[in-house]
Amino acid sequence: MSAETNASSERSTGTLPQGEAVRQNVAQRQRRGRVWEVVLFASTVVGIVILVMLAFNIVNDAFGGIAVQSVVEEEDLTDGRRLEDLSQPELIAILEANLRSRVLRNLERERPLAERDEGELIDIINQEIIKPEVVAIYPLSEFLFNRAAIEAELAEAFPRAELQFKSWLNWNFIVSPMSSNPTQAGIRTAILGTLFLLLLTVLIAFPLGIGAAIYLEEYNADKPFDERSPVGRWLNRTIQRAAGLIETNIYNLSGVPSIIYGILGLAIFVRALEPFTSGAIFGATEGVTANGRTILSAALTMSLLVLPVVIIASQEAIRAVPSSLRQASYGLGATKWQTVWKIVLPNALPGILTGTILAISRAIGETAPLIVIGASTFIVTDPDGLFSKFTVLPLQIYNWTSRPQEEFRAIAAAAIIVLLILLLSLNAAAIMLRNYLRSKRIST
Amino acid sequence: MTSATYDTKYAIETRNMHIYYGAFRAVKDVSFGIERNKITALIGPSGCGKSTVLRSFNRMNDLIPGARTEGEVLYHGQNLYAPDVDAVQVRREIGMVFQKPNPFPKSIYDNIAYGPRINGWKGSKAEMDELVERALRGAALWDEVKDDLKKSGLALSGGQQQRLCIARALAVEPEMILMDEPCSALDPISTLKIEELMFELRQNYTIVIVTHNMQQAARASDYTAFFLMDKDDRAGQLIEYDTTSNIFQNPKDKRTEEYISGRFG
Amino acid sequence: MADQVQASAQRAIAAQRAERVVDLRKRPRIGESIIQTTLFACGFISIFTTIGIVFVLFEESLAFFADPAVTLVEFFTNTVWQPRIEQFGILPLVNATLMVAFIAMGVALPLGLGTAIYLSEYASERARAILKPVIELLAGIPTVVYGYFALTFVTPILRGVFGQDVVSVYNVMSAGLVVGVLITPIVATLSEDALSAVPGRLRQASFGLGATRWETAIRIVVPAALSGILAASIVAMSRAIGETMVVALAAGASPNLTWNPFEPAETMTGHIARISGGDLSYGSIDYKSIFAIGLVLFFITLGLNIASRQIVRRFREVYD
Ligand SMILES: Nc1ncnc2c1ncn2[C@@H]1O[C@H](COP(=O)(O)OP(=O)(O)OP(=O)(O)O)[C@@H](O)[C@H]1O
Ligand SMILES: [Mg+2]
Repeated sequence: MSAETNASSERSTGTLPQGEAVRQNVAQRQRRGRVWEVVLFASTVVGIVILVMLAFNIVNDAFGGIAVQSVVEEEDLTDGRRLEDLSQPELIAILEANLRSRVLRNLERERPLAERDEGELIDIINQEIIKPEVVAIYPLSEFLFNRAAIEAELAEAFPRAELQFKSWLNWNFIVSPMSSNPTQAGIRTAILGTLFLLLLTVLIAFPLGIGAAIYLEEYNADKPFDERSPVGRWLNRTIQRAAGLIETNIYNLSGVPSIIYGILGLAIFVRALEPFTSGAIFGATEGVTANGRTILSAALTMSLLVLPVVIIASQEAIRAVPSSLRQASYGLGATKWQTVWKIVLPNALPGILTGTILAISRAIGETAPLIVIGASTFIVTDPDGLFSKFTVLPLQIYNWTSRPQEEFRAIAAAAIIVLLILLLSLNAAAIMLRNYLRSKRIST
Repeated sequence: MTSATYDTKYAIETRNMHIYYGAFRAVKDVSFGIERNKITALIGPSGCGKSTVLRSFNRMNDLIPGARTEGEVLYHGQNLYAPDVDAVQVRREIGMVFQKPNPFPKSIYDNIAYGPRINGWKGSKAEMDELVERALRGAALWDEVKDDLKKSGLALSGGQQQRLCIARALAVEPEMILMDEPCSALDPISTLKIEELMFELRQNYTIVIVTHNMQQAARASDYTAFFLMDKDDRAGQLIEYDTTSNIFQNPKDKRTEEYISGRFG
Repeated sequence: MADQVQASAQRAIAAQRAERVVDLRKRPRIGESIIQTTLFACGFISIFTTIGIVFVLFEESLAFFADPAVTLVEFFTNTVWQPRIEQFGILPLVNATLMVAFIAMGVALPLGLGTAIYLSEYASERARAILKPVIELLAGIPTVVYGYFALTFVTPILRGVFGQDVVSVYNVMSAGLVVGVLITPIVATLSEDALSAVPGRLRQASFGLGATRWETAIRIVVPAALSGILAASIVAMSRAIGETMVVALAAGASPNLTWNPFEPAETMTGHIARISGGDLSYGSIDYKSIFAIGLVLFFITLGLNIASRQIVRRFREVYD
């Protein structure tokens, strides 16, 4: 075919493969393409693999085996009977036989032993005489698949220890306050702090963010001052420039590292506005100990952090409202605000809500700014007001992870599971809320 | 692999071709042959499957998820849809020009050089220059762009862009060129240029063109195939296929006559 | 008779209508103006935030440099950061930050780009429906969880592979790899957006010339989306530089000028977090130093973000 084309010209134009060479050429290129496709697919799958490893890592640490060793075995105390089966006098007899007299006297002074019921006595026996202690902990995978080796090792090091399954994530863990003993520590304070902080952040960032988004989307081209006078023209131009500046600025702010917001919060909310954020000017007394490192300061800081994202998400939702709806409203003589309030916002709301809830839920995983503004890592009292000290889940996780003991790693993993569940349910709630609002709008 | 009976007069011959998009049959039972070194026009009302048939000639339909072709499409006696046929190789033999000019966001030079380069072209820099020039001359664009081959292909006018796309197709030395409404986005003068170009190209290439423009079909083609949608199952059918002068001057089918005299479509 | 009455009444109404005074002049709408001002103020908070950040960083940094123990030159040239012996050279912190960022980019660029190309050029609808949520999930995991992952999973593996003596418990490599995982979704989603924005007819043209899928992807689609991909990489780099929790947990707690990624080395963010996590007394040189570090961090990330935005604006191919 192209032979004539080539022959008709004097100068050469190089050669394209012909005949069998084409076949080979194409086959080779197809092979190369397939290799690359596999590579590309593999790099996509890496994401899934990492997710699986992450989940494995957390579950592996949050559950597993513990070896418990007691100072005295229960059977030795009771001649083989179970404590629960003993009568009250028998329990008292055990206490009197095994406790030092000074300890006994103290207990008697608190409340005479004879007045206490069986349950209470058993608790005392457990705490004071049997004293179970975790001597070794094992991650889930080893506990399940390496049982023999563990038992051999235990038999050598702690012959009396008993290997049992332990879920570090349990109801006690969720409802107990902080403790320096990992087996007793819980995350009640942290969960409450996280939820409280989230609520405050939503209350602050949500209206501000939507307000800004409405301005940028609906009022951007507006000329509020009289165009006929030079002053009015100048003012209008200035306002429009400011709006342009705000747009760029929001984009840039969304790229500022979160720790910088922490520094800002430390300098402004914790220090400069201390009388306000510690509640001192409102006569709050507890704030005096918190020094402005209150949940209010944290919420203000977090609000500034999420504001750019909330604005951008709301802007997108507002932009998605078809302009024909706006025009219909204006056509009926509605003012701008009437149009925004009655037409634009109701239609944009599902989008705004999902977008902002997703944005704000990011904030509950944030740790760095809270470290910087100095959230407490060890408190046992629940947050009870704007001016209280607080801690949050990610901070607890950070704190426990950075300790070298394995027990703390284990409860950090358990806390991670709680945090992830919280995050997932928030996201699910956002999506359900959106679907609900959408369905409602269609039916009315 | 060569089928026993095939007519060497045809560049492409379809036998009982049906084309489906998922469950929907867009084209049914098309059997005809495209003659070598001739211009064949495919005409018919919108949605009757002209583009679908055209794309089936170089397996561009493969790129649409769910698209499927049944029957035979013979090219040099080989069924293009036989399991061992490679679509990439088919497209290198049978080039395509699209409705909307689609130059790559590269220089004019690189637009032309792209095809040969990926297809294993061997030669020197000077030879590539020569190849680019020849392709551009072939597409009657050389004189307009020769001073600035480094300019982006997107910076040309619509008509120039379309000729660039034709030049780009020529550079891989195809045997056939398929054109899907190549002039629909162009002004009358650019259209005329492309039509003249087609006449030139006919000496070396077989050309199939889809057009909505009756004058263009009448003016610029040797053969015309008229397609129409079946009223019952909305599948496109080949109604009549003949020399262009026969189709336009004494069509055998009433529907063809109605269509070309503008009564529907 | 009745008709006549009606007709005259109609005429009267019409006359009334014509004579009605219609005033179409603008009148001030106080409510509307208040609302507009309030909304504008909401938007302006973002400006205040920026001003606040810059002001706070500068003010306390000035106080830091006013300290006799610190000079500007020393700050940028000294290779030791040891507040206890009054050595304030930011180089070790910057060096560790950049090492983490480059290791992270080494992970995120191939993975993220590979994912983006696969999703936009190869994946079927079904595959996309499965893979995209996974990527979003990766992006939604709190960074402190990644920190945990680095310290308790990646580091032990590194130590197992390269030897306990070679790899420290805290090391830059582990942090860098995990930060890379963390920014991969950014590279992937932003690049995928850029790739999908390339019009399909370019792909068709390329296929029409006999190109394979891979050739089309790598020689047509990727170059056409290059500005978007570049911008995505810069944004990801900026995230890596500003990332705190992973480095705070996994990279170690001592400023250390080293090129060995298996040694511990504290980054700028890690240092800020550690110093401010302790009991920090206001006005101490430690307190002021975090602002100076913060200022450097702020300008690096701001510069990168501005650059990415400019690239997108300047080099975007305009298709009609
Ligand atoms: N990608 C696709 N997926 C599903 N159906 C398609 C697709 N492309 C075309 N079709 C359907 O196939 C039929 C034929 O379409 P085709 O594009 O071939 O028509 P056409 O004759 O080229 O029309 P036009 O003159 O408007 O370009 C139409 O009913 C169309 O809806
Ligand atoms: Mg068509």
